[in-house]
Amino acid sequence: MIYVVIGFLWLSICLYLIFGGSDFGAGIIELMTNKKDRAKIQGVMYESMAPVWEANHMWLIIAIVIMFVGFPVVYSTLSISLHIPFVLMLVGIIARGTAFTFLHYDAVEDRWQKLYTQIFYFSSLLTPFFLGVIAASTISHKLIAEEAPFPDKYIFSWLNWFGVSVGLFTISICAYLASIFALRETRNDHELAILVRKAKKVMVYVVISGALVFLNAYLEKIPLFTLVFSGAIGIVAILLATVALGVIFYCIKRRMLLPVRFLAGFQVVMILVAATYTNNTNIVFLSNGNHLSLLEHMAAPKTIEVLGWALVLGSIFILPFLFYLLYSFTKRSK
Amino acid sequence: MDDFLAARAQMALSLGFHIIFACVGMVMPFLMAFSHWKYLKTKDPVYKGLTKAWSKGVAILFATGAVSGTMLSFELGLLWPEFMKHAGPIFGMPFSLEGTAFFIEAIALGFFLYGWEKFNKWFHWFCGFLVGLSGLASGILVVAANSWMNSPSGFDYINGEYLNIDPIKALFNDAWLPQAFHMTVAAFCATGFAVAGVHAFYVLKNKNRVFHFKAFRIAAGFALIGAFGAPISGDIAAKSVAVRQPIKLAAMEAHFETEKGAAFVLGGIPDVEKEEVTHAIKVPKVLSFLAFNDFDAEVRGLKEFPKDEWPPVAVTHYAFQVMIFFGMVMMAIGAIYLYAHFFKKDWLTKRWFLRLFIVAIPFGYIALEAGWTVTEVGRQPWIIYGIMRTADAVTPMPGIQYSFYFFTAIFVSLALVILFLLKRQIKMVPKLYDPTDPLFEAKEKGGVA
Repeated sequence: MIYVVIGFLWLSICLYLIFGGSDFGAGIIELMTNKKDRAKIQGVMYESMAPVWEANHMWLIIAIVIMFVGFPVVYSTLSISLHIPFVLMLVGIIARGTAFTFLHYDAVEDRWQKLYTQIFYFSSLLTPFFLGVIAASTISHKLIAEEAPFPDKYIFSWLNWFGVSVGLFTISICAYLASIFALRETRNDHELAILVRKAKKVMVYVVISGALVFLNAYLEKIPLFTLVFSGAIGIVAILLATVALGVIFYCIKRRMLLPVRFLAGFQVVMILVAATYTNNTNIVFLSNGNHLSLLEHMAAPKTIEVLGWALVLGSIFILPFLFYLLYSFTKRSK
Repeated sequence: MDDFLAARAQMALSLGFHIIFACVGMVMPFLMAFSHWKYLKTKDPVYKGLTKAWSKGVAILFATGAVSGTMLSFELGLLWPEFMKHAGPIFGMPFSLEGTAFFIEAIALGFFLYGWEKFNKWFHWFCGFLVGLSGLASGILVVAANSWMNSPSGFDYINGEYLNIDPIKALFNDAWLPQAFHMTVAAFCATGFAVAGVHAFYVLKNKNRVFHFKAFRIAAGFALIGAFGAPISGDIAAKSVAVRQPIKLAAMEAHFETEKGAAFVLGGIPDVEKEEVTHAIKVPKVLSFLAFNDFDAEVRGLKEFPKDEWPPVAVTHYAFQVMIFFGMVMMAIGAIYLYAHFFKKDWLTKRWFLRLFIVAIPFGYIALEAGWTVTEVGRQPWIIYGIMRTADAVTPMPGIQYSFYFFTAIFVSLALVILFLLKRQIKMVPKLYDPTDPLFEAKEKGGVA
């Protein structure tokens, strides 16, 4: 049962990155668009996210609940050391969620919309950035579990160039997903052309920030390269992700816009596979050389069993319903 | 401000804020679904407009509740890591179920808001109803986690270790049903009165009278569930507290001496130093009766417990008094409404009658927050009653006060923006929602057709 629970944890993080991420990306893409095209892009982005955006963010809650029910020691260790980036990430979530709602459900349209829009853009950057920083800190061997001076324990455990570059990489991935997902919502060739240009630009950012991640890992002596490329799985995953990129371009040319979505999602899954397969269940590495393993620090067996069943039963309820929601609102509007 | 106090203040503020939106999320969808049902039955377009107006309110408040809830799931760990380390695996069960309920709520809301004319009308209606049902389920489940803190079960505490963990037993702890029942009813009370009062205000101002009067009648109907349910469920809850947490009951009543045939204390100023309460009205034997159904039953007083286990007596006592006072007032208003409904229909549009409801807009929420204060402050100094002290659960990170100031600023500004938005929604009723108004335009913004 423990593997079911770990599977769900991985799945919910992955789905949050894909769906929540594309949702954040939509804000980033809007921010990147010049004034002339912004109204059009806004319309396209809104079409693709409005009905499902609440549901997209539920994955984060599922992940956090699995963490504190199933792996309380890991959860509390991270909560203490990463207090500050967690709070900043939360600020992003709050500001963004409320700004989005206010932007679209406000009955009156006037200057206030501009303010919501600004908040929406800014917070679309904040959350993915700190998600990246948090993810980076778990593998950077800088988290301190024992007592230590304030800056070492609470700031430099996550604030370093490696963390920053992973944050930027996460932002780029989000923007990439959003630009690809939104292609299918475009109403004419002009809009499609704008978005394809965006997608290409964002791909460049993904590559640059990805390179930065490896460079900084090297400079900070974080064994990221061996983590990703030491096994066949990692190499194959990265290869597949790269091949998928070619297929995506081919599909865009042929105007096959539905498979493009799946391919982009697939790429993200592959990146996540490559980043996590070696460490397996050892999800947090501490400065003292120890690591926190999901298997060693799992909750009592009874809890894991009940949690596993709750997740399985919950997904039987949720998934068909969610799929129908996504299906209903992604049908091309006639 | 010291870190421990700051952490408690931040948690209190976050929960106090979230509880408002959570309660709206539990009840408002039912109002919406009821009005929708009326529309489907009568084909009266005013009900359709009202359903849409309320659904926008639900969307705004649901989103706020969702983000403040997300925040809380992190804050539990950020502020109380030691607590979560041990309690997570025991009381986490309701949270994982709540996740499911909440997920369903979000999906159903998506269907409802964007599904007008897209789906079968009864499927669409059912989605709206499901928003309420799953909201209610989430509320009831989350209360299970809180009631576990009052009535810890599902584990053995041996030499500082939490052994033989059974999350199912923890879920079905003794405090759950009484607390969840009282909370649900209170949510109906608070939301019903607030919504009814707002619409009463516009009826009084003679703006879109038919629209607001229909809204007022529906909301007031739901408020009745709360107005009469609250005293009944409150009585059940108090009896359960009397057995499980006698010290909390003693603090609620500022009851210092153990005695048989204990008096019910109304008002008064508790003095913890002198261990007495002054300026109070005492109704003989009633506390014994309320707590144990027996006028001569023995009620244990605070003095029977070591002083370092006393909750803050004054806060608990005052909060309890405030809750009871407003609960009684709302029950009286409910009774007047029922009387008017059956015997004096013309009262319903009288100025004094509408004013009564306008004055009562905040009453439900005041009682709700006061009741929440009783539960939480009355449990202190424990975070897990009798097992772990709150002071031992707090994060070792210094500087929590800045986090508290920061979150306070966020909550205050959010609250202001929400009030502003809701006001604008109501301002747009003639144009967007009331089809009988000459200003009404069929075209609507934001995809919510």
